[in-house]
Amino acid sequence: MNMAIKGLATVAMTALMATASYAEPTKIGIITTLSGGGASLGVDARDGLLLALKKGGNEEIETVVEDDQQKPDVAVQIADKMIQSDKVDILTGIIWSNLAMAVVPSATGQGKFYLSVNAAPSQLAGQGCNKDYFSVSYQNDNLHEAAGQYATDAGYAKTFILAPNYPAGKDSLSGFKRYYTGELAGEIYTQLGQTDYAAEIAQIKASGADSVFFFLPGGMGIAFMKQYAQSGAEQPLIGPAFSFDQNILQAVGDAALGVKNTANWSKDLDNEANKAFVEAYQAEYDRLPSIYAAYGYDTGNLILAALKKAPVSDADGFRAALEAAEFDSVRGKFSFGPNHHPVQDIYVREVVKEGDIYTNKIVATAMTDRDDAYAKDCKM
Amino acid sequence: MSAALFFEQLLNGLQFGVMLFLMAAGLTLVFGVMGLINLAHGSLYMVGAFACASVVAATGSFTLGLLASFVAAAFAGVIVEGLVLRRLYRRDHLDQVIVTFALILVFTEGTRWLFGSYPLYLDIPPALQGTVHLPGGIDYPLFRLMIILVGLLVAALLFLAVNRTRLGIRIRAGEADREMIAALGVDISRLYMIVFALGAALAGFAGALVGSVQSVQVGMGEPVLILGFVVIVIGGIGSIGGALVAAILVGITDTMGRVFLPMVFAGFTDPASANATGSALASMLIYILMALVLVFRPSGLFGEKA
Repeated sequence: MNMAIKGLATVAMTALMATASYAEPTKIGIITTLSGGGASLGVDARDGLLLALKKGGNEEIETVVEDDQQKPDVAVQIADKMIQSDKVDILTGIIWSNLAMAVVPSATGQGKFYLSVNAAPSQLAGQGCNKDYFSVSYQNDNLHEAAGQYATDAGYAKTFILAPNYPAGKDSLSGFKRYYTGELAGEIYTQLGQTDYAAEIAQIKASGADSVFFFLPGGMGIAFMKQYAQSGAEQPLIGPAFSFDQNILQAVGDAALGVKNTANWSKDLDNEANKAFVEAYQAEYDRLPSIYAAYGYDTGNLILAALKKAPVSDADGFRAALEAAEFDSVRGKFSFGPNHHPVQDIYVREVVKEGDIYTNKIVATAMTDRDDAYAKDCKM
Repeated sequence: MSAALFFEQLLNGLQFGVMLFLMAAGLTLVFGVMGLINLAHGSLYMVGAFACASVVAATGSFTLGLLASFVAAAFAGVIVEGLVLRRLYRRDHLDQVIVTFALILVFTEGTRWLFGSYPLYLDIPPALQGTVHLPGGIDYPLFRLMIILVGLLVAALLFLAVNRTRLGIRIRAGEADREMIAALGVDISRLYMIVFALGAALAGFAGALVGSVQSVQVGMGEPVLILGFVVIVIGGIGSIGGALVAAILVGITDTMGRVFLPMVFAGFTDPASANATGSALASMLIYILMALVLVFRPSGLFGEKA
């Protein structure tokens, strides 16, 4: 019975499509990392996005999800396939900046909208900005800048800074230095994928630093924090949210307690949309949402809100609707700057233990209405 | 830089080297005796870490966890050897590389399917936490000292096993001439299975030890695998002693390079580029070392013949 109705509906839709284009469903292509070591980030972003679409109840939306394996060449192939054979209208989902750089310019070049759930490299925020590219998460430097601001506010005067030797690591340290006014006790570039930090920790202890800023995403951060706690070093740690993600914290355990980290979202942010999101996410997936899930969820809701105003086929109308960003963000207030990157508050969180679960709680606001350093170079 | 800090960094290098040895020992045994290039060695390392983390989570005993890592990796090794690798001994190295690469994918996604995408929690037991006071005013983490001791102990045991036991004699004979020991009535396929299981168990044990100071996550084995290959190439394929010397050499070179190269460059360029050039060069250092060793001793430091 149900099937028959669905079948009839499809026939009716096909008939309608011949006459009116606006009844065409909107197709969203989600390219994200679902296998290998980086899979937890992609899984969360996808789950957050799909949850928003499910809650939105818009029957006209179809999604295609594919695994990019964290490889730029695979991501490019999937994007081509989604654009050419799946005929998607909107692309989203990429976690890593190097993959975004490989996919975004060609997708927007083919007239598709791209909404970023995470990666937002500086190249796409300044001169390389595009009218059809929106970053819903942040600009890559934001959380590092906020950490610099926090270190300054907290009165640290000799911070030791370290990050992996790759583009995002260098951006991280320059972002930190942009708002940090004290002097540096030392600056180290570690190897990408390094898991033993004994040598660096010994240098930190010997440097006379009063605090440590580190950007070591994924397993690198877990290893660093565990080894740092074992080393007897006492300088407080500061980092961007990436090393203090809900899922990573459980693997670090006590070693992360009390560490300060900067983020534009936290599960205890006090607003209605966020409460509803945290509750619905736990009910749906039986785990606490991470920051990537929050970005995915906001991306889903942004698309839903924009579609209410204009279909994607009306590109100018849809773009204007995205720019207006009239949706209830889990981050509270949210708007886009002129380069389609967010203008938002960035908070300082502290790692705490609630029952058996390690999680974050907001302790201060590091920056208010922060846009980014590249907006002035963007000419759309 | 004070003498104490220099000594501490030397100790760090030694500790890193010993960890590499645990990984490389199994690799060099398998390659030396069986002539098999096993890219999935890193997966066995991951199996050990995951087994240890789940047993510790269930029972709270780190000793049981270590035991589990040993057993689980050996078991996985026996299965893989019996089902897949046994068919590859007579084929060339390219086939082995392709099949064992496929095994990496199977292990990686299988582990993710079983345990999920999130890293597991595994910490060192309370009794081994904290630091010890060494002469010269160094506070050194106790667990790292223990890794050095355990690693050296494993090296000694392996050395004794290979040089002083009947199994060891067979292993060495197998390295020297496979056809001949088969003709002399040694059950070669059983010998291969034992060697492979031993190599796998060592990798699993290393994974558990290292996982407790680093992170237990899918794909943790591959970065170490590459270093493991560098170690056995420098040490000379098939030589346990060579693997130990090469592992410590690589560990100390890498650690000292990371610490001192940026300082050296700071002597004649501005700090920012000194830092960048220094760290870039530091990450190449062990490969430069490998290239140099191969130029002067093409079969490695302790390799038998070219």
